[in-house]
Amino acid sequence: MPKRSDIQSVLVIGSGPIVIGQAAEFDYSGTQACRVLKAEGLRVVLVNSNPATIMTDPEIADATYVEPITPEFVEKIIAKERPDALLPTLGGQTALNTAISLHENGVLEKYNVELIGAKPEAIHKGEDRDLFKDVVEEVRRKTGHGESARSVICHTMDDVLKGVDTLGGYPVVVRPSFTMGGAGSGFAHDEEELRRIAGQGLTLSPTTEVLLEESILGWKEYELELMRDKHDNVVVVCSIENFDPMGVHTGDSITVAPAMTLTDREYQVLRDVGIAIIREVGVDTGGCNIQFAVNPEDGRVIVIEMNPRVSRSSALASKATGFPIAKIAAKLAVGYTLDEIPNDITRETPASFEPTLDYVVVKAPRFAFEKFPQADSTLTTTMKSVGEAMAIGRNFTEAFQKALRSLEKKGSQFTFVGGTGDKETLLREAVRPTDGRINTVMQAIRAGATPEEIFEYTKIDPWFVDQLFLIKETADELAEAPELTAGLLAEAKRHGFSDQQIGEIRGLREDVVREVRHALGIRPVYKTVDTCAAEFAARTPYFYSSYDEESEVAPREKPAVIILGSGPNRIGQGIEFDYSCVHASFALSDAGYETVMVNCNPETVSTDYDTSDRLYFEPLTLEDVLEIVHAEQQAGPLAGVIVQLGGQTPLGLSQALKDNGVPVVGTSPEAIHAAEDRGAFGQVLAEAGLPAPKHGTATTFAGAKAIADEIGYPVLVRPSYVLGGRGMEIVYDETRLASYIAESTEISPSRPVLVDRFLDDAIEIDVDALYDGEELYLGGVMEHIEEAGIHSGDSACALPPITLGGFDIKRLRASTEAIAKGVGVRGLINIQFAMAGDILYVLEANPRASRTVPFTSKATAVPLAKAAARISLGATIAELRAEGLLPKNGDGGELPLDAPISVKEAVMPWSRFRDIQGRGVDTVLGPEMRSTGEVMGIDSVFGTAYAKSQAGAYGPLPTKGRAFISVANRDKRSMIFPARELVAHGFELLATSGTAEVLKRNGINATVVRKQSEGTGPNGERTIVQLIHDGEVDLIVNTPYGTGGRLDGYDIRTAAVARSVPCLTTVQALAAAVQGIDALNHGDVGVRSLQEHAEHLTAARD
Amino acid sequence: MTTSTRGAARVPAVLVLEDGRSFRGRAYGAVGETFGEAVFSTGMTGYQETLTDPSYDRQIVVATAPQIGNTGWNDEDDESSRIWVSGYVVRDPARVPSNWRAKRSLDDELVAQGVVGISGIDTRALTRHLRERGSMRAGIFSGEAIAPETELLARVQAQPHMKGASLYEEVATKEAYVVPAVGEKRFTVAAVDLGIKGMTPHRMAERGIEVHVLPATATADEIYAVEPDGVFFSNGPGDPATADGPVALMSAVLERKTPLFGICFGNQILGRALGFGTYKLKYGHRGINQPVQDRTTGKVEVTAHNHGFAVDAPLDKVSETKFGRAEVSHVCLNDDVVEGLQLLDQPAFSVQYHPEAAAGPHDAAYLFDRFVSLMEGQRA
Repeated sequence: MPKRSDIQSVLVIGSGPIVIGQAAEFDYSGTQACRVLKAEGLRVVLVNSNPATIMTDPEIADATYVEPITPEFVEKIIAKERPDALLPTLGGQTALNTAISLHENGVLEKYNVELIGAKPEAIHKGEDRDLFKDVVEEVRRKTGHGESARSVICHTMDDVLKGVDTLGGYPVVVRPSFTMGGAGSGFAHDEEELRRIAGQGLTLSPTTEVLLEESILGWKEYELELMRDKHDNVVVVCSIENFDPMGVHTGDSITVAPAMTLTDREYQVLRDVGIAIIREVGVDTGGCNIQFAVNPEDGRVIVIEMNPRVSRSSALASKATGFPIAKIAAKLAVGYTLDEIPNDITRETPASFEPTLDYVVVKAPRFAFEKFPQADSTLTTTMKSVGEAMAIGRNFTEAFQKALRSLEKKGSQFTFVGGTGDKETLLREAVRPTDGRINTVMQAIRAGATPEEIFEYTKIDPWFVDQLFLIKETADELAEAPELTAGLLAEAKRHGFSDQQIGEIRGLREDVVREVRHALGIRPVYKTVDTCAAEFAARTPYFYSSYDEESEVAPREKPAVIILGSGPNRIGQGIEFDYSCVHASFALSDAGYETVMVNCNPETVSTDYDTSDRLYFEPLTLEDVLEIVHAEQQAGPLAGVIVQLGGQTPLGLSQALKDNGVPVVGTSPEAIHAAEDRGAFGQVLAEAGLPAPKHGTATTFAGAKAIADEIGYPVLVRPSYVLGGRGMEIVYDETRLASYIAESTEISPSRPVLVDRFLDDAIEIDVDALYDGEELYLGGVMEHIEEAGIHSGDSACALPPITLGGFDIKRLRASTEAIAKGVGVRGLINIQFAMAGDILYVLEANPRASRTVPFTSKATAVPLAKAAARISLGATIAELRAEGLLPKNGDGGELPLDAPISVKEAVMPWSRFRDIQGRGVDTVLGPEMRSTGEVMGIDSVFGTAYAKSQAGAYGPLPTKGRAFISVANRDKRSMIFPARELVAHGFELLATSGTAEVLKRNGINATVVRKQSEGTGPNGERTIVQLIHDGEVDLIVNTPYGTGGRLDGYDIRTAAVARSVPCLTTVQALAAAVQGIDALNHGDVGVRSLQEHAEHLTAARD
Repeated sequence: MTTSTRGAARVPAVLVLEDGRSFRGRAYGAVGETFGEAVFSTGMTGYQETLTDPSYDRQIVVATAPQIGNTGWNDEDDESSRIWVSGYVVRDPARVPSNWRAKRSLDDELVAQGVVGISGIDTRALTRHLRERGSMRAGIFSGEAIAPETELLARVQAQPHMKGASLYEEVATKEAYVVPAVGEKRFTVAAVDLGIKGMTPHRMAERGIEVHVLPATATADEIYAVEPDGVFFSNGPGDPATADGPVALMSAVLERKTPLFGICFGNQILGRALGFGTYKLKYGHRGINQPVQDRTTGKVEVTAHNHGFAVDAPLDKVSETKFGRAEVSHVCLNDDVVEGLQLLDQPAFSVQYHPEAAAGPHDAAYLFDRFVSLMEGQRA
């Protein structure tokens, strides 16, 4: 049955900003879907507020709306575009929830838009706890298997407290309905925990509903990914087994594909139940994910939940099997059946089969607890990881150890030297699931724990426990052997040991181990992910390494370029870098190169086997990259390796690659050093005559104090050799400087602390530019909304800059060119400036693609990463201008006056984290980056663009109601005018006494409310925190002086997060918000596609 | 002479293919030597069912799934009374089994049954070799059986070929036995054992069928002595071209228009009884993920396969046979191989794959219901 002929245009909803639980995987799936639909001849209309995505590239859809994903904005898009259908299953929970809203408020009916992929009834059945229990009951009746955990649905706190009795007491699991990534769920062991978790859950759930459930902690956990077509053909694409037993969110678990510890009978029970569920729920066309718990004692199967849509797990399953779930889902949605769709990889067999694996896949989560020191690091049913790495090996140990080293985090790999500590202590520690528990378990094994003890304390399946013992025994053999023989090395490599690990065990340098290994002829081979365990020939070069016999890398003729990706997503290095890598691949492929991608992040577009000519799904360590380079050099000519687009990960390999004779193209390792080394960079600046803030380095408090005294407080302090602003702090006085030095463990004589003058009240400016050695192309100039001192990744910014004039741009251009030239950049450079007192200071320069490249590219309609890739391989800016890749004239520094204004806003993960007392973590922005993602608002004026950015990031700005204002003394002056504007827009102002007094003196009325520290008043007057919790505050302005739980502001800000009230923590943000509110109150806010913006911009340029 | 590999986990072993390619690894299961046709099976679960499937008689099975033995060996999942494969090739055998039903390790069971295996070889390279060159004779040698490779190769090349091999009598029951119906008995079926798997009579019994399993050498009189409502021909090993006895027996059943159902070897027998030829596939279908389309409904089922031979019947037309019109009812979507036959003028059908699905998905279980309907239809 061919595709439906009654659908000519489809609206696809993306997933918005990257947040914990909803990340790059939806860019991967959305991009696939849009491409498929476009290839089918449909007009594809896309809405996604996230600029850092490939799917929002103008060529992916016909009309791309970078607009907030709210029912209001999507309705505007529907009214304008009048699509025939809406596909809501590829943009995560955000898209699904938005589609349901549009169905329920009648918009879809009004505009005659059909929901395809999943019907509202099916979505409800899958996601509503009560309805889903009925589904499971019915499935049990039909198949004889599967049941729900005993549970109670609750809509109030009273229901919740009664529910515990019904279930027979604590512990219980709390799960809010309709939230993504399990947000707001957790285990409650007593009433206090229950009130906290359930209270937040009721708020988070759009239907004010939570489910209380019997605890099945310690059971085995599995997932199945299924697909169904309109003829009711169903296939199970992949089974996934969680290494960590029940109790840890699957996104935070180490997971393994295929399932390792089920017999066929037990697996088929899960399959039967899964198929019965997808039918019963009524997912007509597309994919779904079902999670199961299996009792290790007797095999009792509990169905935990299902997602009637493409999910993080389905992205993982697609990468793990080579079966592209999102792509197939899109085809099914427009009417094809599975047997009509060819398997991309074999090309000869159809998609109506079940992939079979002849390798093992391990996914490991990457956490960012170091960014949230207050947060409780216990893993629960609320997802807390910010990224993941996947590795493929021919056995579990190989895949597992590769996955751990792919995490690229200190201490993530097993270590077998040094003391272990006390076995009992380690075992007790291993009970609590945390980031790195696996290393504690390994230490316990080294300390003499038995397999039985490990199982008893962790409930990790005995088969997995034995695999850990296998790794440990292999390490012992390495340690004990008189010499490194070929047999021993080969055996260690087969179990995934890295050269570095072997070196550590043998007391050798990593490169020495590598030399020995190569001398003995032990190198990895590369196998193909082919969906069929080699039953049919694979046409797609999707490779993984293994220490096995036969390699499948085919010879090639064309020169190849290897692009190193960015590894697991983490705060500070996310999807933006994947975007640049993907663009490089596209551009170089167009330029006639064979493109080879290396990455280990399963969420991304770069690891789609369709993106590059060859894909190596491998860790991004020196060892793994050198082996790939070797394999590709054997296969044919190698034009070079690109390290400047994947962020700090590949950049850090640059010098070592060059030292090993690898042709690194683009900016040279020496140039990278010139930008990254403080001394060398200082020299570049001095030669160019550019000022940097005064600074010094110290290793003791006395030294730091001397520097601070000289340059004056506030100072910006940070340990040297850290990334993403890790440990960076603005210190206002000597007392804090002393405690900072005392607390910082990173400081030692070899790792001094850097003390910089902090430019208070400076405007921070980001510049992205291209340089080819001759010409500078200023990609874009971004003016930060928040003052300097807030990490650029966490600050909102506007492009074109809203308050900088032509003279400023000229200075910026001259400085950028001087630095690019001085450093020796060939490709992209990002420079951060601070403008204070009319002096333009250089804060830092990064000779690589920056986080802002996709934003800049979209805002100016110029593909900077593509241009950078070409420049790396020798093209000049002049050539690229002639070719049309770059504009013929001008650049991003001189946009026409009527160019749209784009605002980037960062999205913070506050609601995900709690401290060990269960309180929220503080939301104050600082020099350490903590945002997980970003949105873009684009419109003709700043106010509207800013309002859109807020709507996209946190929900719409209020246009009326009550605003609470409480600011630090230094901000009081700058607060007056925006406060007056709020009143003019009809807001009632609430303020604490000090702020209220200042407002009154300036003729602005404000109602005084009690501080939290003052407690409830004598007549029951509520404190501001109570008012927020009671939903009586619509906007909060709270700027901090210092941070910490003792301060009133902390309670206010955490309450704001808990109740989802917009909370502005800088006066600059307040000023911008007021402009946004003004825009919203003045007439209709329209929507415009990127293609329309680009057309406009191009016309203005010519 | 075979001995255990326990405690001597790194005994060298070698697998030698008849075309001279060899793979060096470690002994797994019993130590010694064994011969058979090297075939690969792509199922990721179900090694216990695979090893005990009589259709694997005289075959050295290569598991493409690398981690084997994880769930050990239990007392419930055997498909027959013993392991039938002549050798087992795996990459990474489990050291510790983990499953609440496991009674012992796979390794123990292989040793106990004297099955010689090899582990630690590049099973993917071997699989690709078999895919490109076709299934072929092979030998596994370990311990004292190891000799210079030319000699081992000569021993392999001295073995009989699978083509032309008649094996069903070797695996079938010698004595008739009855599998009682579960619950109320509704039908009686005579099942001719050509290598029947335990799950097959079980699937029938679940539907109220009392199954009389008869030896492969049963006569028509013996079949009709049980007064069957239907007759079943099972799966089994070997080349169907050699199975003249079963073909004659089935023809007798078809003459009497008794409802008839065949699986696997039974499908090939039906093909031959209808006058179609059979042929050896290059490397066969062995796995539990094969897409088969039921041409009567257009639906696709994911199915368990284990066949090295197939029926040569026209896909695009109804054929006239001596038992009336016949058509290909099921086809494998991977390669258009005939996966099912049905007669249009009398109640008989068969499939090449395994609806009893042990191991494998249960998508095709409806075929047993179809058999029940035929028997109901005959009564009405």
